[in-house]
Amino acid sequence: MLELKHIKKIYNPGTISETLLFEDFNLNVPDGEFVSIVGSNGSGKTSMLNIICGSIPIQGGEVLIGGKDIAKMKDFQRYRTIGRVYQDPSAGTCPNLTMLENMSLADNKGKPFGLGRGVNKAREDYYKEQLSILGLGLENKMNVKLGALSGGQRQAATLIMATLTPIQFLILDEHTAALDPKTADIIMELTDKVVKEKKLTAMMVTHNLRYATDYGSRLIMMDKGHIVFDKGGEEKAKTKVDDILDIFTSISIECGN
Amino acid sequence: MFDLIISTLTQGFIYALLSYGIYITYKILDFPDLTVDGSFPLGAAIAAVLLVKEVNPFVALLAAIAVGAVAGLVTGVIHVKFGVRDLLAGIITMTALFSINLQIAGSNLAVERAIDTIFTSGPIIAVMGNASLMMRKFVMSLIVALIFKFILDWYLSTKSGMLLRAVGDNSTLVTTLAKDKGVVKIVGLVIANALVALSGAMVCMEQRAFSSTMGTGQMVFGLAAVIIGTTLFRKVSFVKGTTAVLVGSVFYKACIQIAISLGLPANLMKLATAVLFLIILILGNRQKGGAEHA
Repeated sequence: MLELKHIKKIYNPGTISETLLFEDFNLNVPDGEFVSIVGSNGSGKTSMLNIICGSIPIQGGEVLIGGKDIAKMKDFQRYRTIGRVYQDPSAGTCPNLTMLENMSLADNKGKPFGLGRGVNKAREDYYKEQLSILGLGLENKMNVKLGALSGGQRQAATLIMATLTPIQFLILDEHTAALDPKTADIIMELTDKVVKEKKLTAMMVTHNLRYATDYGSRLIMMDKGHIVFDKGGEEKAKTKVDDILDIFTSISIECGN
Repeated sequence: MFDLIISTLTQGFIYALLSYGIYITYKILDFPDLTVDGSFPLGAAIAAVLLVKEVNPFVALLAAIAVGAVAGLVTGVIHVKFGVRDLLAGIITMTALFSINLQIAGSNLAVERAIDTIFTSGPIIAVMGNASLMMRKFVMSLIVALIFKFILDWYLSTKSGMLLRAVGDNSTLVTTLAKDKGVVKIVGLVIANALVALSGAMVCMEQRAFSSTMGTGQMVFGLAAVIIGTTLFRKVSFVKGTTAVLVGSVFYKACIQIAISLGLPANLMKLATAVLFLIILILGNRQKGGAEHA
């Protein structure tokens, strides 16, 4: 269970460009839920993910995972239980390391990085088996440097790497936005498969309304630091792209766009 | 002629240790570490003082490694914990070390002939006692350069070493692996400056002297060796980075030696070093296609 309680977030506090994003933001995400989050630019979607991961500081409130307040923990400490896939396909892998080395790094997450052999050949078959879930043939590229692969292939590898060790949360930060439509569809399908197969709790920010309605068990729309739409279960299943689009447009009209 | 070749190779091997250090900071960590110009003479100062006090020369080398590591630690902490920019963090440590080195050594220091160095004592005498001093220096330098090459190769293949490579490649990934990227950077700087100080100590033993200005331009030498080496072997994937750097170091020393043999006055040495480095950078960029920055 993830809980955001009374989150206060101000950008550039104490300066002339001071902006209040969250005044008293609250959100609960029970285990096993797959939340899709939509909203216009500046609505606070990515800020919310960054607050959960500790990438940006907050001015007040609590971030609880399993009842434990993690607001004081450094970003790298929080990632012990969180996996994250970024928008930029090159953010999740090391371009100058081979697939085998990248997978070995990911496999060692949560354990000490000591003086044992970095690449564990005995685990290679397991890595291949994991990569084969993707169906992209990446399991045959174990000795290829990740920099030589396409953005889609790298994003797929990132997805497997981020979920290779047991994690409580998977954070997907517009992870299909930099991909071409066809590759984006494949990655989205794979994400759904991985989340279901590994029974993960996931939060996905996306600008693609179709992904938001087709995938996930809960749909949230944000606007100016507030949740303006929040549906789960049956209601979420009945929600159509047009329904969200209507709300989206009405918000935009209010803004005067 | 033969003597000249042997002594050039010896120099190349000794400076390869320095170049390994810069390979770690510049090539792996992507950190322009100017500490080098201070930690190199630091190693020499420690070695000179310990030799004069008749400490075992191998112990003196270990001591140089240890103080070099501390110099790297200082730069790392300044950069990581206090958020000072990489270049400035190195300059601060380098500047401080200039005074510290003089404090350690007192002044410029000569090591008398009667005092044993690693080239005139212990295992090398047991094995090659009859060979000339020049040959012993050659063999000993080669052995040390190879030992540290293999140690470094081994380290870079460990989990810790792989994390070091990952930090330079993509530090975001290291954070998502739940590791503090700052600590990994500090580890890299510690190892790099330990190697640089070792190189300084070897030079001190080879020349039997410490001078407070011997650090000037060492960073540039190391950079040149790294860039020459990795450029030469760019297309040959089975050659390890460390091997390429070793070759680059010998190659660069040879270029400078040739310039001196052709009558270059000693006062113009650093100018020649800088110009040669610039030429290498330009040629390296051409090979890449020009547009990209090194």
